[in-house]
Amino acid sequence: MTDPLLSVQGLEKHFPVTKGLFQRQVGAVKAVDGVSFDVFKGETLGVVGESGCGKTTTGRLITRLIEPSGGKVVFEGHDITHMSQGKIRPLRRDMQMIFQDPYSSLNPRHTVGAIVGAPFRIQGVKTEHGVKKAVQDILALVGLNPEHYNRYPHEFSGGQRQRIGIARTLALKPKLIIADEPVSALDVSIQAQVVNLLEDLQSELDLTYVVIAHDLSVVRHISDRVAVMYLGKIVELADRKDLYESPMHPYTTALLSAVPIPDPKRRAGRERIRLQGDVPSPLNPPPACRFHTRCWKVQEICKIEEPPLLQLAPGHQVACHFPENTPAAPDAMPAAAAQT
Amino acid sequence: MTEHFLDVKNLQIHFPTDDGLVRSVDGLSFQLERGKTLGIVGESGSGKSVTSLGILGLHKGGRAKISGEIWLDGEELVSAGAEHVRKLRGKKMAMIFQDPLSAMHPYYTVGDQIIEAYRIHHKVAKKVARKHAVDLLGRVGIPQPDKRVDSYPHEFSGGMRQRAMIAMALSCDPTLLIADEPTTALDVTVQAQILDLMRDLQRDFDAALIIITHDLGVVAELADDILVMYGGKAIEYGTAEDIFERPEHPYTWGLLGSMPRLDREPTERLLPIKGSPPSLINVPAGCAFHPRCVFEGRTGGKANTEVPELAETEGGHLVRCHLPREERRAIWANEIKPNLESA
Repeated sequence: MTDPLLSVQGLEKHFPVTKGLFQRQVGAVKAVDGVSFDVFKGETLGVVGESGCGKTTTGRLITRLIEPSGGKVVFEGHDITHMSQGKIRPLRRDMQMIFQDPYSSLNPRHTVGAIVGAPFRIQGVKTEHGVKKAVQDILALVGLNPEHYNRYPHEFSGGQRQRIGIARTLALKPKLIIADEPVSALDVSIQAQVVNLLEDLQSELDLTYVVIAHDLSVVRHISDRVAVMYLGKIVELADRKDLYESPMHPYTTALLSAVPIPDPKRRAGRERIRLQGDVPSPLNPPPACRFHTRCWKVQEICKIEEPPLLQLAPGHQVACHFPENTPAAPDAMPAAAAQT
Repeated sequence: MTEHFLDVKNLQIHFPTDDGLVRSVDGLSFQLERGKTLGIVGESGSGKSVTSLGILGLHKGGRAKISGEIWLDGEELVSAGAEHVRKLRGKKMAMIFQDPLSAMHPYYTVGDQIIEAYRIHHKVAKKVARKHAVDLLGRVGIPQPDKRVDSYPHEFSGGMRQRAMIAMALSCDPTLLIADEPTTALDVTVQAQILDLMRDLQRDFDAALIIITHDLGVVAELADDILVMYGGKAIEYGTAEDIFERPEHPYTWGLLGSMPRLDREPTERLLPIKGSPPSLINVPAGCAFHPRCVFEGRTGGKANTEVPELAETEGGHLVRCHLPREERRAIWANEIKPNLESA
């Protein structure tokens, strides 16, 4: 097997909770608590989960926008977990991020030309026909009018702004793009445009994506593999088809059955798994299996022992004591061993 | 007079601004009976929220210019005085907002806010009202309602807050309930809980429900009838089956093509609508949708000169489009539907 482009091993981020005059630490929000996965060149990994599950934090840890508390991030063979800012800067060219909100992620006082041209300036990249030409080429590539080079973000609609954000991301021809909720702030018809654009760019420029989103249908549409997160942990990781057609973790099953289906005829006949209550606070997550408070298959062992993430079928990892849809002869082996 | 429970006739809500007149709602008509649910679907700026606020009379006293008629249970609301509508609000009609954190007062307990609403419309002692509030909180599925009634909004989770808001809206047994994006701020598992709750409550209260959303999945779950809005106008109106099984407006086709669907084999490509929604100051001449419409060329040049009528195509299914009915049906059956279903 080829080496992964990005390898995340046991990644952790604990945000301290402090109290009182001396900022005494009284606890920690374990936003990401031991997450491991690999991303291979040219594929799209989708990361789904409800709010507070740590998906956004994971994205920011990979790009080192925040410092990990533990674990390792390996990008193209370089361990970037504790690399200094000076050393990581050249690597940032290959690893870029698309943000959710096209309104707050663009500086309102900069022109489009300045925004999309910034990566060239910061990285000191020389272009053949000047930065302006390069920026205009990228604007055309993402479907914007190159003549709008001197306009400001407020002159554009939400969908166009997201295209500006994508143009900036693409400026230096990165290898890996982390997209954090790239379409959730957009109207339905615009969402589809941006999803198609991301797919076109991937095949044209040979990009690798990690797409973080809460919308299960969008994730299914664009991903090759999907990771489901719950309270800072990956509970299931599989190929798209396996995950959506034969989910093993009860949480995945419940998530899928909760998605409203745009078909009024199905309304009556649909069997639904109803989860009770909300996601528990990550400040004080339930012990052992974190899903046991909402799981309908819960047994005593779920409250005592934490289920490890095991590979139960080829390429299908799940962390559950009582997985569903398991193949007939389960020869379970630890996920880590399975990868080597 | 009218025989419908809610009858909106040619409603127009315009806002004069420095940049020009914003025609947020421009000639909207629909009917709704008790026990039925109407879904209003549209993108941002299509006028769906302004419509709901208009029905509740929340534009009165503002700068909005409102005309047309809104008949609720035999009473006309557009010409009624602001004070009169204020008395109906909460009692006869109520609203569930999108974001319960900003819709509730952070300084008062959830119970106090429900009690206040109830006591404005009912002359009862505080204790009686409090009992009522506890009952309601229990009814919408909040555990330990007798304790939680004294909690502040920030002590509730997102889903619980939305439940509390529904309890507040129901406090005076309204017969018309308007929910504006009631689940947009919620996670998908909680959204499913709230949709179930709203369906149950509507049946129990026999209320007329208007649900406003951009999510076609949510309307398909709840609505009997669906109104698709674009640029302040209704462009298609029919039963849920009409809209999902035999839509006839190119915009509705575009919405359906833009959505990846979990219940079908994944398609290679989404089929989005080109361009972006129009500004309401400068709605395109003729059919508002024509700059984005793929079939604009087949209308014989009428698309950008004439505003199409909202005309009946069959059994209460209304469509605002220049294309002849037969042609629309042929396009749907031959060009659109197969693409939506192909694997």
